[in-house]
Amino acid sequence: MYIYDDFDRTLVQERVREFGDQVNRRLSGELTEEEFKPLRLMNGVYLQLHAYMLRIAIPYGTLSSDQLRMLAHVARRYDRNYGHFTTRQNIQFNWIKLKELPDAMADLARAGLHGMQTSGNCVRNVTTDQWAGVAPDEIEDPRIWAELLRQHLTLHPEFSFLPRKFKVALTAAAHDRAAVKIHDVGLRMHRNGAGETGFEVIVGGGLGRTPFIGKTIKPFLPKRDLLSYVEAIMRTYNQYGRRDNIYKARMKILVHELGAEKFAGEVEEEWQAIKEGPLALDAAVVADIAARFRYPRYELLADNPPELARAREDNRFRLWLDNAAINHKVAGYAIVTLSLKPEGGPPGDATAAQMDAIAELADRYSHSEIRVGHEQNLALPHVAQRDLPALWRALDAIGVATPNVNLISDIIACPGLDYCSLANARSIPVAEEITRRFRDLDLARNVGPLHINISGCINACGHHHIGHIGILGVEKNGEEYYQVTLGGRADETAELGTILGPAVPYAEIADVVEGIAAAYLELRARPGELFIDTVKRVGVDPFRERVYAAR
Amino acid sequence: MPLVKAGRIVEDRFVRVLDEASIPDGVAVILPAARLLADARDLVLRQAATGVVWPNDRKVAELAPYLDWIALVALVFPNFRDGRGYSQARILRERYHFRGELRATGQILRDQCLFLQRAGFDAFELTKDADAAAFVAAVHRYSVFYQPAADGRASTLTARLARVSQH
Repeated sequence: MYIYDDFDRTLVQERVREFGDQVNRRLSGELTEEEFKPLRLMNGVYLQLHAYMLRIAIPYGTLSSDQLRMLAHVARRYDRNYGHFTTRQNIQFNWIKLKELPDAMADLARAGLHGMQTSGNCVRNVTTDQWAGVAPDEIEDPRIWAELLRQHLTLHPEFSFLPRKFKVALTAAAHDRAAVKIHDVGLRMHRNGAGETGFEVIVGGGLGRTPFIGKTIKPFLPKRDLLSYVEAIMRTYNQYGRRDNIYKARMKILVHELGAEKFAGEVEEEWQAIKEGPLALDAAVVADIAARFRYPRYELLADNPPELARAREDNRFRLWLDNAAINHKVAGYAIVTLSLKPEGGPPGDATAAQMDAIAELADRYSHSEIRVGHEQNLALPHVAQRDLPALWRALDAIGVATPNVNLISDIIACPGLDYCSLANARSIPVAEEITRRFRDLDLARNVGPLHINISGCINACGHHHIGHIGILGVEKNGEEYYQVTLGGRADETAELGTILGPAVPYAEIADVVEGIAAAYLELRARPGELFIDTVKRVGVDPFRERVYAAR
Repeated sequence: MPLVKAGRIVEDRFVRVLDEASIPDGVAVILPAARLLADARDLVLRQAATGVVWPNDRKVAELAPYLDWIALVALVFPNFRDGRGYSQARILRERYHFRGELRATGQILRDQCLFLQRAGFDAFELTKDADAAAFVAAVHRYSVFYQPAADGRASTLTARLARVSQH
């Protein structure tokens, strides 16, 4: 957990006061909606189909139990008793009244939470591995670097009116859980030949209507140069990114049009001019930030304690354990995922009562810490293995122990046409129907790890391009249709999915997904071959033949 | 359009000269970029101050040869969402050490004045009278600055370093 100091707290409070003033000027008519829009967006306030939506940042997906209780309070007091966790480590409240927004923000600020730069054409919430600090495969805690970037890029005077939004992600693990190759700037920490850690810098990735996998422009950037190099990238983008067409304004288009090499050259020239300036990171500054990350005092425990072995005899517990708990870097502990994907429910929603209960369980079993992942689930990151049976009973009682993590019903979806004014089609009801089709978890387990991503329009907030099965909502003659892609992935071998065949109407999309699962079971080389590997091996044609033959 | 300098609404002593118009003697003028570049050899001899309006899609590096005698650079914000001028301002101040007046013109709101000031602007042509009146409050809204910029304000990086060295 990063503990805010007086600087951080003061800045958030000053921001809340400024926004309160802006809301008053909007309510009095002094600001037009056109003028207010970029100001509210930079505070995470959208105007949706039915109401204003407030998006709150959860930096690097780490929440304290007190912060989660504050989110529950906001859901209860200002919204309709629930919140929606997004694919970018944020939470959204969908029903907040404009005049109550400053109060909601003041309440959130008391817990160190805010909506700064969660939307608008500025640098968004810096994201990282949701298991940072506890993952066995990381080389160091990436959150220290994410926090340095967060601070540097917060209310940055030069980069608050960029051509378009700007997303940064960082990973320090062998397995990339932060999807760094589909961000404007992706940073992968690794060790060079001399044994020093630094960053591979990847730029110009992104989804939306023109998806690109990012390109490496710096194989190894020393840590001291992180801020100056990112500053050089941002300055290049701010000056040369297109502003004539909103659909061509993201950095990926600039990188594509200039070519990665030329872009890298521009950045390099700018960087050489500033790298020895005030942004060169002093080791003492880094150490000071690192010192404000608090880690639990772990007990000396052994893996697989007898309590766990006994509890495994219960079939339901064992299925959940094998699905939702993974190894922690400290012996005797586990990282536990809480599925926010119940059968027939909207992906990523949590009620105020669930949030309060999870906060309580985090206090009791997880050193008061909760994680939020881009798969729209929560996690308790520091659970002693002996406590797993008791924790499971408590999670089961509040409906967040569905053992479907990483299975076909663990669906990532944007809010879609139920909420969003940009959407062409609904996402949530499609997700809900698929979870019903795979309510038999024996079937889901047989199909194995499989990510479905659903976007309600080409803006791709549900990241459909990188879903093993991607579903994109489109509109045809006023009807909702869905285009399906196969074989996308967001990890270190990131790839965009390939279109399966013609789009299908709303009533048939769940049938198509069932057909794909059935085709996979037929096509896989052996039971252990993952869906994504089968698609890679055989291509989409055999899937197309099987799924569309029946249509 | 009120002009704010040093926190106060002031009279503009500069006169804007359009493309083909003649340049009045003894009067501070602001010229279009092309005019400055074409007539620089004569302009440097003028007795009164000379300034330039520089478009936001042209590198400010081109201005470098003239910066020791130019009195003013006006950067343009065609709308308040277009942030190119912030980068141009920082480069002028931090790389070329321009010490003359750096003026923000076009469409700007009070909510941007602190960012503009931090980027190095010291003169602001505001579209709204109410924004000009609220200028001082607007640029004092924050007391914490996470990053160094062109305004010389201490950033938290430096402040934390000072705190670390006290330990």
